[in-house]
Amino acid sequence: MAQNDIRYLTPINIEIKKEKYCRFKKSGMKFVDYKDANFLLKLVNEQGKILPRRITGTSQKFQGRVNKAIKRARHIAVLPYVGDMLR
Amino acid sequence: MNSYETVFILTPVLSEDQAKEAVQKFEGDVSSLGGKVKHTESWGLRKLAYPIQKKSTGFYFLLEFEAPGAAIAELEVNYKRDERIMRFLTVRMDADHLVWAETRRSKMKSAKSAKAEA
Repeated sequence: MAQNDIRYLTPINIEIKKEKYCRFKKSGMKFVDYKDANFLLKLVNEQGKILPRRITGTSQKFQGRVNKAIKRARHIAVLPYVGDMLR
Repeated sequence: MNSYETVFILTPVLSEDQAKEAVQKFEGDVSSLGGKVKHTESWGLRKLAYPIQKKSTGFYFLLEFEAPGAAIAELEVNYKRDERIMRFLTVRMDADHLVWAETRRSKMKSAKSAKAEA
């Protein structure tokens, strides 16, 4: 083993950070439809909880609209309030 | 005059014809209160995401209309009194919503015609 090799006590994290983006800004979609269950399922975890912006990358402006849409969808029984294995 | 959109769920106890009759009545209510129905849509008998009044299915209808704001309270009282309605949601449509509704309709129309051709 060569003496001048740089060795680390803990392996360095080589993480390729994927740039997050707001899907609504990217697609130019202005309105979040509360009637479209298949679409809203992407913004919800498998228990039916709304995913935070930190995970989905949605901009603040649209997160508000997403929240509203999901809550409306729950009211008209398009999405469940509590679910299991939704995805 | 504002634009509104109402989604309501009718009990699955009704027959298909009775459901249609109920919707016609609601359309009539809108126009009698000085509104104008722009579009109605039936989603048919759909499974609910959770049971409502111990029922797991319901007839979904979408009603798009223009009405003066004061009429909405009246309409909602009618919906509450009506035993055929299990759940309803009335939403005022803003500009983005109206654009979306238009594209949604044209998309559905083209999908329908594509199906008819195939």
